[in-house]
Amino acid sequence: MNISLELNGRPATWDVEPGEALLDALRRHGVLSVKRGCDTASCGTCTVLLDGAPVPSCAVPAPRADGRAVITVEGLPDEAARLGACLAAEGADQCGFCAPGLVVAVVAMSRELEDPDEAAINHYLAGNLCRCGGYVSQTRAIRRYLQEAR
Amino acid sequence: MKRSGDMKEVGRSLPKIDALGLVRGTPAYTDDLAPREALCVVAVRSPHAHARILSIDAAAALAMPGVLAVFTWRDVPRVAVTRAGQGHPEPSPRDRFILDEYVRHVGDEAAIVAAETEEQAREAARAVRVEYEALPAVLDFETALDNPVVLHPEPEIHENFPIGFEPKRNIASAYGMSVGDVDAVVARSEVVLRRRYFTQAQQHVALEPHCACTWLDVHGRLNVMSSTQTPWHVRRIMARALEREVKEIRVVKPRIGGGFGGKQMLHGELFCALTTLRTGRPAKMVYTRREVFEATNTRHPMRLDVTLGADRDGTLRAIDLEVLSDTGAYGEHALTVFMVAGAKTLPLYNKVEAVRFGGRTVYTNRVPGGAFRGYGAIQGNFALESALDELAGELGLDPIVLREKNMIAEGQTSPIFAIMGEGTEGVEMIVESCKLPECIRRGKELIGWDAKGPRRETAPGVFRGLGMALAMQGSGIPTIDMAAATLKLNDFGSFNLLIGATDLGTGSDTILAQIAAETLGVPTGDIIVYASDTDRTPFDTGAYASSTTYVSGHAVRTAALKMREEILVEGARSLGCEPARATFDGSKVRGPDDAITLRDLSAKLLYSEHQKQLMTTGSHLCEKSPPPYMAAFAEVEVDADTGEVKLVDYVAVVDCGQAINPNLALVQVEGGLAQGIGMALWEEVVYGPQGHLRTRDLMSYKIPGREDIPVIRAELVASHEPSGPFGAKSVGEIGIDTPPAAIANAVAAAVGARVRDLPVTPEKVLKASSPDVR
Repeated sequence: MNISLELNGRPATWDVEPGEALLDALRRHGVLSVKRGCDTASCGTCTVLLDGAPVPSCAVPAPRADGRAVITVEGLPDEAARLGACLAAEGADQCGFCAPGLVVAVVAMSRELEDPDEAAINHYLAGNLCRCGGYVSQTRAIRRYLQEAR
Repeated sequence: MKRSGDMKEVGRSLPKIDALGLVRGTPAYTDDLAPREALCVVAVRSPHAHARILSIDAAAALAMPGVLAVFTWRDVPRVAVTRAGQGHPEPSPRDRFILDEYVRHVGDEAAIVAAETEEQAREAARAVRVEYEALPAVLDFETALDNPVVLHPEPEIHENFPIGFEPKRNIASAYGMSVGDVDAVVARSEVVLRRRYFTQAQQHVALEPHCACTWLDVHGRLNVMSSTQTPWHVRRIMARALEREVKEIRVVKPRIGGGFGGKQMLHGELFCALTTLRTGRPAKMVYTRREVFEATNTRHPMRLDVTLGADRDGTLRAIDLEVLSDTGAYGEHALTVFMVAGAKTLPLYNKVEAVRFGGRTVYTNRVPGGAFRGYGAIQGNFALESALDELAGELGLDPIVLREKNMIAEGQTSPIFAIMGEGTEGVEMIVESCKLPECIRRGKELIGWDAKGPRRETAPGVFRGLGMALAMQGSGIPTIDMAAATLKLNDFGSFNLLIGATDLGTGSDTILAQIAAETLGVPTGDIIVYASDTDRTPFDTGAYASSTTYVSGHAVRTAALKMREEILVEGARSLGCEPARATFDGSKVRGPDDAITLRDLSAKLLYSEHQKQLMTTGSHLCEKSPPPYMAAFAEVEVDADTGEVKLVDYVAVVDCGQAINPNLALVQVEGGLAQGIGMALWEEVVYGPQGHLRTRDLMSYKIPGREDIPVIRAELVASHEPSGPFGAKSVGEIGIDTPPAAIANAVAAAVGARVRDLPVTPEKVLKASSPDVR
């Protein structure tokens, strides 16, 4: 079936399978920042913005993106560069597999929450797992990013 | 060797060189880079814990759209291999085949399907009709030894050298050693403590699932791209399994989404290669998370029996550690993980009169054990550091005082260093750097050990307790781990650094560039790193055993020292002076009268004057394995009514020698702690009564999330290891070792509940609580 969506600000028309996950459709169309980590919407590596809301794209059927706006980290180059610089400065980036999904989630959080404290950050981002870094340096980097963004 | 104060590149927290590219989502991992026309390979997996395959009917599957091939055990060479990515010959038993007539755990591969799309391959896999004869299974590792059910009766399997392999008794490996007469010293000791501990199976859960792809290049050679920690071992083992020459295969590791030891085994590589070699088509295999749980590896579960003999004053006189390790269906890393449980714990207390270590690794019909950060040390640490706490309790001593009285110190040795290596003998070693006293002093201060006391009630029925543990690890495997590096001078002054080392996301490419830059005197940004390609970079045994900084780092430094020499010689020639009268500061070669910039010199060398390519190679064999050390302190809050344990603070102070990149060293510690905290409190691979996994996704298997991890406070102490590159030791594994013991000790301090089998769950805490607390 054909769907029309806005991908990172540009119109796209894709032929997707009815049961195909948005994650798979994105990767099949070369949007490779979106990662498959768990298949059960548990890890956050496939997070995208769907009409501005962060969703695990592995749990969204591709046809549900019809007529909607999808943003991945490819559509957030400035935010990715700034958060990436903060992560790198704190030594918080490790294997990087969780990073694109994290950037998307942090961008959503920064639009939704005003001046979140550490507990609020950890709660908002609870669905974005990291196995390498132990979170503490990542949290420092995210706070630095939010401060710089203000 | 330079001292830290003079260094420009080493000791700086430079950003990871691939940081921005990865955050931006640049295609960099195996599945991002796999040929788009690659066939998708999917395994047909056993629903039985143990079965013989009677027949496989692939006709229906082969008739489905897009399906190109179905392979069974009849289609593969009958060559026994191990999937453990270890040195040659491997210390793990060669006890499996690409595919076999028998399946030995739920999820074991019964057949392989290749189709144009993943969906087609998965549907076809469901359509392959496998007729099994279900066999009785060994699911409890304490009943495996001499069980009438034998997992591995096949005649072709073998050990490469004596590892105690007795498959007819379900023994994958066995080992024993002793120094002094342990029984006699225990009998003479004033206090004897005997305790039994259990550690569980833990899954690595690297966020990138296992993934490999293969294709034939224009020369007809098999190219393999894999999310692996050991490209050279993968190539060598693939060649054997496929009955090919090593020279016919190239293995490349791109960026990899975490490893932790879980990618030190071969997984999809062999199935992709089989598909490519038989069909001529590129192939890829991406594991689902369920397949990662069911069909890769876990940490080896262990039963550890500790006997401590001591005098009333706290003098430790004897340690006896007897281990039974569960290697599951196949013996990947069976011997070496089990040996490390002793080799990287017992030397901590080196003053005992007698010490003994021994035991076996047995086969069961469970997911195979394998390499996992800590690699036995975390299991041994839980037992030994818990037992020491129990002994301190019996003696009425502060557990820190007991440890300080008995622990290893700079200038000392342990007989175990020479006796126990990884699968072979070890090497003698005097400890040249050990800052345990500083680690303990600083850790006590940060956690507030003296001020808080071991236990206090913070609300009715809620108790806080402090616990601690020490740890050691190693830095590479002596006489086995070898690494090489090549530096190439480019026109206009940059360098290619070609290394076999395998960055798993740890940042090792960055720190190796820092070591090259420091040695050459150039900025790290002038070093262009290319790594982990069996055709295009020099050799490296791989990223395991905490070896990269210490072993590969040395190789890089050697290559850079040689490059400095060559630059001096060529610079002096260009300036018309003797090399001995020239100096090189990283930007200019200076003679007595004039100078030439590296930029100009390199351009002249390639384009105009005395033209030649400067290229140097260094290699390094690990000759000793200086341990990093750590003191860790946990504060927990335990609800005495529910047994719930909340970790409120964790302090870790580490001696890793000179940190090449302090931020990246600290995040290694922090990440290791989080993984160790997960093992201490939540993580456990659980099986049903028929051997089916109950934990096969991230909803049923809990890894720590960001709300679960308290403020981890990790610090590095000043330290310098004379044998290390710029004074460095390792830091990749040590972080994971302490949480199980430190947290169990803290829980015991809080409510008197001594939990001796991991993880420390509320149920176990309640069962173990002393009635007077509740």
